[in-house]
Formats: sequence, structure tokens, C-alpha cells
Amino acid sequence: MNQLLPSLVFWIFAGLTLLGGIAVVALRNPVSSAMAVVTCFIGLAGLFITLSAFFVGIIQILVYTGAIMVLFLFIIMLLDLKVEKGNARSLAGIAAGLSLVAAFVIQLIGVLGANPDMEMSDAPLNKQRMVESAQLLTKESDDNPHPVGADSAIVKSLKEGSLPDVHLVGHKLFTEYNFPLQMLGVLLLVATVGVVSLSKKKSA
Amino acid sequence: MIEFLTPFIIILIKVIFLTFLVLLPLVPVSVYFERRFSAVIQDRVGPNRVGLPLTLFGFKKDFHLFGLVQPMADGIKLLLKEDFTPSHVNKAFYWLAPALTVVPALITVCVVPFGSDITLFGHTESLVIADINLGPLFVFAVASLTVYGITLAGWSSNSKYPLVGGVRSTAQMISYEIALGLSIIPVLTYFGELNLTRIVEHQVDNGWLLLPLWNAYGSVFSAAYWEHSGEQWLFMIPALIAFIIFTVSIFAETNRMPFDLPECETELVGGYHTEYSSMKFALFFMGEYAAMVIGSALIVTLFLGGWSLGFGLDKHIAALEVAGFGIGGLIHMMVFGGKLLAFILFFILVRWTVPRFRYDQLMKLGWVVFFEAALINVFIAALIIAAPQLGALIITIGAIVLIAVTAAIIWVAKVSEDKTPALRA
Repeated sequence: MNQLLPSLVFWIFAGLTLLGGIAVVALRNPVSSAMAVVTCFIGLAGLFITLSAFFVGIIQILVYTGAIMVLFLFIIMLLDLKVEKGNARSLAGIAAGLSLVAAFVIQLIGVLGANPDMEMSDAPLNKQRMVESAQLLTKESDDNPHPVGADSAIVKSLKEGSLPDVHLVGHKLFTEYNFPLQMLGVLLLVATVGVVSLSKKKSA
Repeated sequence: MIEFLTPFIIILIKVIFLTFLVLLPLVPVSVYFERRFSAVIQDRVGPNRVGLPLTLFGFKKDFHLFGLVQPMADGIKLLLKEDFTPSHVNKAFYWLAPALTVVPALITVCVVPFGSDITLFGHTESLVIADINLGPLFVFAVASLTVYGITLAGWSSNSKYPLVGGVRSTAQMISYEIALGLSIIPVLTYFGELNLTRIVEHQVDNGWLLLPLWNAYGSVFSAAYWEHSGEQWLFMIPALIAFIIFTVSIFAETNRMPFDLPECETELVGGYHTEYSSMKFALFFMGEYAAMVIGSALIVTLFLGGWSLGFGLDKHIAALEVAGFGIGGLIHMMVFGGKLLAFILFFILVRWTVPRFRYDQLMKLGWVVFFEAALINVFIAALIIAAPQLGALIITIGAIVLIAVTAAIIWVAKVSEDKTPALRA
């Protein structure tokens, strides 16, 4: 069961993602296309969750589906776009699309062909591996310059056999990538202030 | 084969029990409360007649049951009404939209801890469907999908009032999602945890976040408690700010009064569901109430101790056994239900006492007041949590900087205020 279920869920969500992706280009109504993108994103989030990356999957829904696509839909609705009619497919467009797809497929084959770890040497994430990695994380080494404390939430959770993905992401962000994180924070703050000051009405 | 299927069956039972036998019945219950409580507020009687129609069977009198069957009558009425689809709508999205408002609200139930563990036939099971490590984030993520239902309902109706309602709701929900997410950061930092079950367990031992009347050393009546409760009481400040912002944002997210701009009758006929009738309208209605129940559940879980009864009583309740069945979980579930109903009554009280906001006031409250307040609150909480590790000098400097920044923000907000009086139609 434990082997069967993930792959079944994978195929369901992979199918959903592909279906959404195809529908984006195939449907002619802009709102339908936007909803197809939403479907695609939900499928992607499902794939992340099958990989035990709950945090990434849920952030994917929260940010892309819940905020960005809603704004897209909002704009599309306000612009009152009509259903695209007539022959919109030009030869140049099709050629450009096909060449992009071909380039991507060649790249994918190259990457997958060159990767010797195709056999998934360290597949499923089980309790034993988590306990082992908990011990690795507490020791300082070249791979792990910022060890976590022996009684931290990360170690506790790993020893119980549940993946503390939020804590792990947080630990990584606030130790190894602390400076870039702070910079990004300042950047976002500047952007927020900028948006507010730009969108303010000029008073006479 | 049976062992192969057992986990699935248990999950299925939990889903059916908690979603369809606990959450969904709460919807008609809150509708009934809404009608009776609003009647009390307005000095009316309210629906008190619907009960068992015994006269139909030859008895002398009907048994009225205090009108408790009223929601059922409402439901039957809505089901039997003509399901009319106007000819000018976009059919696919018109049909999809009501489902899209209900489904997310029902999905979010799966992370809410309804009670402690129960033991049946020697098998211990927790009263939460999916005990994932990302409770609040999951609720926000899935609840943010509700906006599609409302937006699509407004757009696909192909008529102007629903469209305005849909657009309003989109802008409103996105604006308040920011305040909603930012406001609970202090709470999550305090618990150091995103798992709702463990958040509740922490509150069982250390007092509810908003009512720290006991901790690991005893309750308010013991001296040891007072020696160790300074930080808890100090944290009440950010916790209370977070609670207020979070609760008001939940009002806005669920489109409840005083923020029900997307459907306000005086301006938009019926708002986004103007063109809907029968069960499709009922689904919007149900979605709103289900979202309200889930919102209350989240507030209760984060701030008011979830299913815990407090004062160290929970260990005894959890250990209760009747004929070998550990039923402590069910008692905890009733406690949770009680808190939930109290909060739903609060929602209703607000709806029938506070007048509706104007749209610009709503936006201003979200972006100018709550956004900044939540941000400052994050820093207050950070200062309080980090204080034991810092020196007195750094704490003082931090506090002064925080006060200065707060004053500056308030000053900027005051200065940039639009002085011209708003135009009235």
C-alpha cells in the first residue's frame, strides 16, 4: 500500500497539472484560461505534497493560487475581454512554440541522461532515515556549517518520525542565507512603500 | 486485505464523522441561532413554531420544539424551490461557482483538532483528520480558494450587480488576507509550532494564550504560578492585539457584517448571488456559515485553548474511561463545541449590532490600520520573546526604537489622511 499510494497520487496530480496546462492554451476564453492555470497550480501543489514538501506545496497554493491568480482574474474581469475569435494561430507562432518545446525536451533528456542517481538511491523518507539525519544535523561539518541544537524542535520532530519542513526551511534561511533574506526583506519593504506612494492620489 | 484497508477506513470514518456529522450540522444550528438571537436583539420572538406537526396525525396540538426544526424547514424550502438558470449566464462557471465556495470551507476542517485522543476497541485515534505540521497555513491556503467561487459567481452571472459584488469581494479578501497572515505571526512565534494539535497541547499545560491562568507550576491560586508567569502576562499585550486583528479579519474574510460589502442588499440587490436561486443559492449561504464556523474554530484553537478545559483538569478528562472505551476525547469535543458556539454567538451579536462599513473605510481599515498594527505587533512580540536572552540596555533601546517607529507610522497615517470630505450620492 505504501508503495502503491504515492505513485497513484502522483499520476492523479500529474494528470491534473498537464490537463490544466493544456487547457490554458486550448481554451479561448481568458477567464477559462485563468482557471486552467489555477488547476495547473493546484496539481503542482499536490505533487509537492506527495514529495513530503508540505510547506512548498501549501505556499504554492497560498501565494500563486490564492493571491496572484486571483489578481489576474480580477484584472481580466475588469478589462471585460471578449472571447478570442477567428484564426489566432499564425505559422510563426506555432513554429516558435514547437521550437521552445523541442529545446526544453532536449534539455530534459540531457539532464536526466547525465544524472547517475536516476535509480532513486534514497527513496522513501522513513523514520529510520529521519533519525539518522537528525544526528547528522546536530554535528558541525563542511556540509553543515550551522548545526541545530540537540534539543531543538527540528531534532525532536525528526526523532518522532515527522518531517519538520517549516523548521528546516527556517533554520536554513536564518543561518546560511540570513544576509540575502534580510536584503530581500528590505527590497520588499521598498516595493511596498513605493506602491503606496505611487498609488496615492496627488492632493492639490 | 482488511489490514490493507484499515487505515483508509479509519480516515474515511473520521472524514465523514467530523465533516458531515460535526461541521455541517453546525451550519443549520448557527442559522437557527442567528434567527433567534437576532430576534432577541430586536425585541422580536423569532421562529418558534416549527416542530413536530402532530395535528397532521390527529393529535390535538402540535409540538413546537422551540422552533428547533426551523433550519430543516428552510433547507427543504431551498431544495424544493425552482432551480432557475438565467439564459445570459456563462453556464459552466455559473454551475461551478457555488461548489467552489463550499468545498474549501469543508476541506479546511481536516486540520482542526476537535478533541484529545479517544480509545475505541483498544485502538487510540486522535480527533483530527490530518495532523499536518502546517495547520494555520493550510487553512489560509485552502480558504483563499473561496474567493474564486465568489468572483466567478459574480462574473459568470453576466449582470452588473453581481460583477460589482464579485470584484468587491476579491479586493476585500486579498486585502484582509495580509492582515490575517501577519497577525498570527506573534502567536506562532510564541508557540514555535505550526501544528494545531501541539499548539492546543501547549495551551493545556501552560494556560490559554488569552487566559494564562495556570502554567506548569500550578494555577493562579498557588505562589509558584506567580513566580513563573511574568512572561505569560507580558505576552498578553501582543496576543490581544493579534486576537483583535485576527478576529476582525476573519469577519472580513467570511464576508460577514459589518464587512458584507460583496452582498450588501441596499447597494447591490443581492451582490454576487443575485442571479442564483434554490440550492445553488443555499450553497453560497452554507459556504458562508461553514467559513464562519471554521474561522471561529481557528480563533478558539489559537487563542482560547482549543478543546482544553484548563486548570489542569484535562489530564483527568483524557484519562476517563467507560467500559474500556477512552471517552475523554468526546468530552473535550463538547468543550470545543461549547467554545465554538459561544464564538458563533459573538459573530451573530456583531452582525446585528454594528452597522455596515463604507467601502473606502473597509479598505482603509485593512491597509492603513491593520497592516501596520500587525507589523508592529510582530516586533513587540519578538522583543518580549527575546527579552530573557538580551541585556537591559538592548531591551530599552529596542523598546524606544519600537515606540518611535510606531509614533512615526501613526503620524504618517494621520498626515496622509484625505482631508476632503467624502462625496455622498
